[in-house]
Amino acid sequence: MTRVLQTTTWRKLRWPLLALALVFAFNLAFTRHFFELTVRDGRVYGSVIDILNRGAPRMLLALGMTLVIATGGVDLSVGAVMAISGACAALLVTKSGLPVAAVIPICLGVALLAGLWNGLLVGFFQIPPIVATLILMVSGRGIAQLLTDGQIITFENRPLEFIGRGAFLGLPFTITLVLIVFLIVLFAQRRTAAGLFIEATGDNETASRYSAVNTRMVKLLVYSFCGVCAGIAGLIATADIKAADTNNVGLWLELDAILATVIGGTPLQGGRFYPAGSLIGAILIQTLTTTILTRGVPVEFTLVVNALVIIAVCLLQSEEFWKLIARPKRKPATQA
Amino acid sequence: MNLRLLKRNIPFLATLTVCVLLYAIAGIRYESFFSARVFVNFLSDNAVLGIAAIGLTFVILSGGIDLSVGSVIGFISITTALLVETRGVPPVLALPTVLAIGTLFGAGMGTLIHFYALPPFLVTLAGMFLARGAGFMLKLESMPITKFSGIVDAMAIPLGSRLELPGTASMFLVLLLIALAVAHFTRFGRNVYAIGGNEPSAILMGLPVASTKVLVYALSGFCSALAGVVYTFYTSSGNPTAGTGLELEAIAAVVIGGTLLSGGVGFLAGTLVGVLIFAMIQTIITFQGNINSWWTKIIIGLLLLVFILLQKLIQSKKLRTHS
Repeated sequence: MTRVLQTTTWRKLRWPLLALALVFAFNLAFTRHFFELTVRDGRVYGSVIDILNRGAPRMLLALGMTLVIATGGVDLSVGAVMAISGACAALLVTKSGLPVAAVIPICLGVALLAGLWNGLLVGFFQIPPIVATLILMVSGRGIAQLLTDGQIITFENRPLEFIGRGAFLGLPFTITLVLIVFLIVLFAQRRTAAGLFIEATGDNETASRYSAVNTRMVKLLVYSFCGVCAGIAGLIATADIKAADTNNVGLWLELDAILATVIGGTPLQGGRFYPAGSLIGAILIQTLTTTILTRGVPVEFTLVVNALVIIAVCLLQSEEFWKLIARPKRKPATQA
Repeated sequence: MNLRLLKRNIPFLATLTVCVLLYAIAGIRYESFFSARVFVNFLSDNAVLGIAAIGLTFVILSGGIDLSVGSVIGFISITTALLVETRGVPPVLALPTVLAIGTLFGAGMGTLIHFYALPPFLVTLAGMFLARGAGFMLKLESMPITKFSGIVDAMAIPLGSRLELPGTASMFLVLLLIALAVAHFTRFGRNVYAIGGNEPSAILMGLPVASTKVLVYALSGFCSALAGVVYTFYTSSGNPTAGTGLELEAIAAVVIGGTLLSGGVGFLAGTLVGVLIFAMIQTIITFQGNINSWWTKIIIGLLLLVFILLQKLIQSKKLRTHS
């Protein structure tokens, strides 16, 4: 047990877990029926389940974002990719008459294309990730709106709705989806060379290149994966409301995904990454949002809380901050 | 020497060419596109974007980035509206107050970025959340302002008998002139270029890196606040959702204007051209009438891509000649 507690993973996970425990404790004390679970029609209902269900898009985005950030990059376009994949799904279901079994692969294919595009710009054209993904963030929503003609497309389609509202083993199907993607990431990290290459690229790109790691392909891979994650998240969000709302789906979520990853212990500079931490980060953000909502505070307040949390977490991770705390009298060396 | 200077100016020259070509083609295709009124509208309709882009140009020149500009515009616009309309503060007092708030906000972000060595991208992202959330907490809906019409009219500059430069446009142009002077003729401006070019050597040269970096973000905060004020002038209302997504348009305008995202190279005049290109695309889409307005975003994204690739090409050539 002590050996488990001393691993890096555990050390990284303890702050987010503590924060999550605090929020849960707060809810235990002040929110009635927070931990209550009821079974109705073979489905489990309850606040905690609801948090996991609502948090599914955030968790998926956070998992994709974790791999991108591990290579030292960032993907700002995930929200826009969500909009595109949602728009595709709604359009294909209402207009083409294709079966859902064909619609979903097409939508994920489009999301994969978007990810490949980002990976191409970052990996092969060596454009700074913020800017490269900014291009798709700006035009992506435009593309989605062009697809739907700026309208909100509603649909009635049982199989597609299942992705967002269905139940599997008594739990929301979204949880299963997140679990599958999480296991894929974990498997890739621990059991394949890809995980090693991703960490190497983020740690020291030049050294990795000299050690014959194809950093371009690694980047192409992580951005593509992030695109697919965003595609699934887009399908969930669209299926949940039975409509493709290109203006609002995934709005601000790219920032939540980055925040979840950073809270989870993956440094923005890249290197070692913690998929479990990112999941906890995403659940923490979702729990905060839900708590704020159930307390009757306007939902916009979450933006302020998120901002304060992100600054606090970054300060805790910043070496300069601890130096200034340890030796408050001395001025930092960089000050001229 | 001349050639090297020219090479460095290629992005700017390319932008200028695109701008002139766009204007000429649109002028030939659409009746009365060449009229002075349309041109004045370019400036007045995009004064908010332009003013925010000016502050952002300094940040990008220094090698940083500021994602909070759009949210600060929203926050300042609703704060101004509440101060003037609900609290009854006279505009003479309210305007300096909100400008000071914006400047302090920027300076705070600059402090976090410099002294705690946090990535600018992350800090200003948090700033974006904070300003937007704070704006929404003040008030959720937009509210009209009635007391500003006199001020805007007073700042309009008449151009001939039937045309005038609206107050918002003249504020944009005046700020641009001041910013040009600051960037090219002051110590602060040169320090910004030096830090963007190479921060470690700027430190070794004994330049005031810390104060300059904090000042750059403070300046960007000030410009965003001013843009927020101009927004309230332009729409006669305060709106917490004002400027949503504007940070991206502003970054696009700066980059299209030939400022390198790696910092150290660029012109404020380029930012004006970038804003003009943006304005022209929007106006052309309006004139055409049958194109979906969503194309604006897609075209801006494509232009951004083209100019970034162009920058990349020039940089890689530069590296090759050096090594």
